[in-house]
Amino acid sequence: MFIIESPIVEKKILQDNVFLLKMHSPEIASVIKPAQFLNIRVSSESYPLLRRPFSVCDVEGEHIYLLFNIFGEGTRILAGKSSGDLIDILGPLGNGFNLNDDYETAVIVAGGLGSAPFPFVTRELNDNKEIISFIGGRTSKDVITYGMKNVFTASDDGSSGFKGSVVELLNSKIEELQKKNIKVFGCGPTPMLKALKEFCVKHNIVCEVSAECAMACGFGICQGCPIESTNNSEKYLLVCNDGPVFNVRDVVI
Amino acid sequence: MSKVDLSVKIGDLFLRNPIMLASGTVGYGSEISEFTDLNTIGGIVTKSLSLKPRKGNPPQRIAETPAGMLNAIGLANVGVEEFIKSKIPFLKKFDVPLICNIAASSVEEYVECTKILTSEETIKAFEINVSCPNVKEGGLQFGNDVKAVGKVTEKVRVATSKPIIIKLSPNVSYISEFAEVVKKEGGDAVSAINTLVGTTFDINTRKPKIFNINGGLSGPAIKPIALAKVLEISRKVDIPVIGTGGIMNWKDVIEFMIVGSSAVQIGTLNFIDPTAPGKIVKELVDYCLQKGITKISDLTSSYLIDE
Repeated sequence: MFIIESPIVEKKILQDNVFLLKMHSPEIASVIKPAQFLNIRVSSESYPLLRRPFSVCDVEGEHIYLLFNIFGEGTRILAGKSSGDLIDILGPLGNGFNLNDDYETAVIVAGGLGSAPFPFVTRELNDNKEIISFIGGRTSKDVITYGMKNVFTASDDGSSGFKGSVVELLNSKIEELQKKNIKVFGCGPTPMLKALKEFCVKHNIVCEVSAECAMACGFGICQGCPIESTNNSEKYLLVCNDGPVFNVRDVVI
Repeated sequence: MSKVDLSVKIGDLFLRNPIMLASGTVGYGSEISEFTDLNTIGGIVTKSLSLKPRKGNPPQRIAETPAGMLNAIGLANVGVEEFIKSKIPFLKKFDVPLICNIAASSVEEYVECTKILTSEETIKAFEINVSCPNVKEGGLQFGNDVKAVGKVTEKVRVATSKPIIIKLSPNVSYISEFAEVVKKEGGDAVSAINTLVGTTFDINTRKPKIFNINGGLSGPAIKPIALAKVLEISRKVDIPVIGTGGIMNWKDVIEFMIVGSSAVQIGTLNFIDPTAPGKIVKELVDYCLQKGITKISDLTSSYLIDE
């Protein structure tokens, strides 16, 4: 874990309201794993006060990437930064996906900004596993396929690919998927993760999801980000320290 | 060798400097120790401990507000027994006064927790959290009831010979009345202030942003209130005050000391910059050197108010 200031080297607008920041951060780039996250302080002023958690989007040599949209005051400030500006980063935090298990095909399932961790996943898995990516969003503007391969898209209004949810799209491919030795990696809004869990349990598929929760510190001291465990009803797990990646069967979504 | 004496005394509790880490913002010490050398800190106050483990509230537990945050963690903690078994061994490694914060639902539970913990040598003092749960009888909040605060202080006083600090609620009209009763019943000091009750709603869903509806407001937004409460106690009651509420830097620490704090607690800042407490200790030395202050304790209640 570090607290460091890393300079922005490039800012891109990928589509509509989706930003990509590239930062030079050799300390973090050398140790971070896919789906670990960074807690970023966008301002040294009192508002916004807290850091904001962002999943690492990609790592390339000594550079790290963040993918985000303008959602509130913090992301508005972050989107307003430019090359050379220093970003105050606390991280890497959390556990990350287990990419090296015994499976042959990684099935990526992402909704909206849930695409954020998957360019790094795709890069890390390159050549080792087959990858199939199912990417959904409300409209084509919310479907983010940056940095991913072998992509099938879904949108609620049909403006991009399959008309319906990304899990419905996944379900339409179940026969093909069942012929393979697959592991699902999911990230997205809670209703999507809920549907994904039902799908994976029903079809007996191994699945890890990256969960999300409001948090203050990101490293276990504020206790602000509980998630219900299926194994122990007496005690919550913490999204920051026990996650953000969970075996989908271990948590109540 | 520093030319400035940073040490402070709170009753019989000796601190090497006035910087304490507030309850609920440092867990049980292990996470924060990765960022701040605990041996350089004045004291650590544990997450509130209850007799039995508490699961705490469901999410969402926190929400950001202008210059502050609301939290409703619900006193999630491992319980006294597990604390002794698995947390104290880690804390023993450090040369830093450990203050145990206790939260309970009845006077009996406060006493029971204190009795169990007081034999632990590592624990140097107790901070009694009277500003969270309900009393068994009548359902009144402890922290809002002068008599209840008096009774808890009186009973806990009998249960331990170690210093007792009562953490006071700011959600009262006259906090000095509470400090007065703490002094009368044998308490050694008060912490002021705990969080302020607040809430925030989502204007799209019309639902509260935190599960518990209300939460405790902390952060720089509450600093002026905390300063006023510390000053009120300091002017009316002769009892050491540990100032808490929205400290973001060394200047805030000095301000809290001037209005009457013997020591201070850093809370919300630990979430944002867990390295800050260590830095602040060093910055206090610089300030004292610059101002020709040889003993930082001389700052306590050094306010100049024209009568």
